[in-house]
Amino acid sequence: MKRVVVVGVGNAYRRDDAAGLAVVRRLREAVLPGTVVVEAEADPMLILEHCAGAEAAVIIDAVSSGGQPGTVYRLDAGGSPLPERLFGATSTHALSVGEVVELARTLGTLPPRVTVFGIEGRAFEAGEGLSPEVADAVEQVVAAVSAEAAMAAGPA
Amino acid sequence: MSPDRRTRTIKVDALARVEGEGAMLIRIAGGRVSEVQLRIYEPPRFFEAFLRGRGYTEAVDITSRICGICPIAYQMSAANAMEDACGVRVDGALHDLRRIIYCGEWIESHALHVYLLHAPDFLGYESAVQLARDHAAIVQRGLQLKKAGNGLMALLGGREVHPINVRVGGFYRVPTTSELRAAAEPLKWARDAALETVRWVSRFSFPDFEQDYEMVALRHPSEYPITEGRLVSTRGLDIAVREFADHVIEEHVPHSNALHAAIRGRGTYLVGPMARYALNFDRLSPLAREAAREAGLGPVCRNPFQSIVVRAVELVYACDEALRLIERYERPDRPALEVPPRAATGHGCTEAPRGILYHRYTIDASGTILDAKIVPPTSQNQKAIEEDLARFVQDRLDLPTDAMTWQCEQAIRNYDPCISCATHFLRLEVEQV
Repeated sequence: MKRVVVVGVGNAYRRDDAAGLAVVRRLREAVLPGTVVVEAEADPMLILEHCAGAEAAVIIDAVSSGGQPGTVYRLDAGGSPLPERLFGATSTHALSVGEVVELARTLGTLPPRVTVFGIEGRAFEAGEGLSPEVADAVEQVVAAVSAEAAMAAGPA
Repeated sequence: MSPDRRTRTIKVDALARVEGEGAMLIRIAGGRVSEVQLRIYEPPRFFEAFLRGRGYTEAVDITSRICGICPIAYQMSAANAMEDACGVRVDGALHDLRRIIYCGEWIESHALHVYLLHAPDFLGYESAVQLARDHAAIVQRGLQLKKAGNGLMALLGGREVHPINVRVGGFYRVPTTSELRAAAEPLKWARDAALETVRWVSRFSFPDFEQDYEMVALRHPSEYPITEGRLVSTRGLDIAVREFADHVIEEHVPHSNALHAAIRGRGTYLVGPMARYALNFDRLSPLAREAAREAGLGPVCRNPFQSIVVRAVELVYACDEALRLIERYERPDRPALEVPPRAATGHGCTEAPRGILYHRYTIDASGTILDAKIVPPTSQNQKAIEEDLARFVQDRLDLPTDAMTWQCEQAIRNYDPCISCATHFLRLEVEQV
């Protein structure tokens, strides 16, 4: 079975910024075979450490691109950079997910398959709780990531 | 100087490579800098409000969420404040373990800033990704150093980002002697890598720029300050942590929601690696002092652009100190002291990677938090950053706007501003008038 790493990024006290964390917390309950689930709260740099040596990675983060809140973006980052508009310089972190992925690519440590899910947030102020449309999107992404991880891990 | 450069406004929308997002506005009128604003939108007021009504043992975990880069600093300042309120002092092996995990955070945070956020400025790269294209081995060294710090945080904290093993009174679980000794090998590598780091950054070229700051840091009778000490300054301040609010005032400024800290009667002050270093050079380990000397650094550094060298020296110190403490570690009988609550106000201050982080809590007899106050290092450095920028720009009015903007961003990154400590979104704006 191949090793798959699923990383959720976000800040639990920044409302919809927690969307990525919410997804991986749900996935922890599910126990996916062959899959390591990681919470990278506010430090996307951990993507580098946890994805090194993995055969596939799935990364989930909230985005703020002005789109409809709750919109789910699915991007394949294995072959090309993530769009700046979604994962660019505007980050709640020192380096954005887009920059960390490019750093891993440059250093040759990016897994061959990388899928990034972005969930468009509505509210990013200090506080707890997801907006309703973001909470719905989290459910969609949990299902999608489970399927993605199972496919990437291959037969047991 | 061309006339259009004598009157203009510099405004930058997105400050790259700072924690969070920032806003900076500089107005130049008639060949003089007339206004500098660093805009901070959101101080940690949410957390102060959120803490009221919670139990005194919860502050350690809740405040660690304020910053993804320095959770240990928040945990330790909160724990110190609660222990102060309850009249308990943590010492011996538990104190050593706190210093070790805090060294891990310094290593992690300084390695990130030195290699990925600050070095690109000096080498002419726009980002760490570009730096990595030409200097992959150097960036790998920085990442490996960061990992060594994360490793200590994970070993003692249970997790690397939001450690869950730290509590009021000590830890939930302490490592066995052999578990902790096993952490020494990667740290020995890290110490060598940190020495290489000092040599590497000391060869960068630095703008000729010094400021006569009042620097403020903790000072301890025997240790380079991390988890405790008195608050001292280069202009004679020497007070107990509990006197912080008597000497530091927080002012509302019109351009920002954040409070700007100032020393009563004197004004701007500087916290962080340069302040710690200047006030505690004699407390560094011999190896760290030697590294500083080799790098050409005197016992006081007033050029904020050289803070990268000071951070590198602190990387050496943090590795060296963690190794020293690991060497003498004997597992304590209990992972934590009993800390029964009592009605009181407690104060805690520790040296976060970016400078002193002050917490104050008032709790009732059952331990319920009645009031919370948090003053992060970045909000204390606001005025110093603004003053740096005003002088820096005044001396460089000939620069075209894009070059000036770039250099201003560098001047801000000198402080490793952890904007998410003070705010979530900070934007740096540059506009022409």
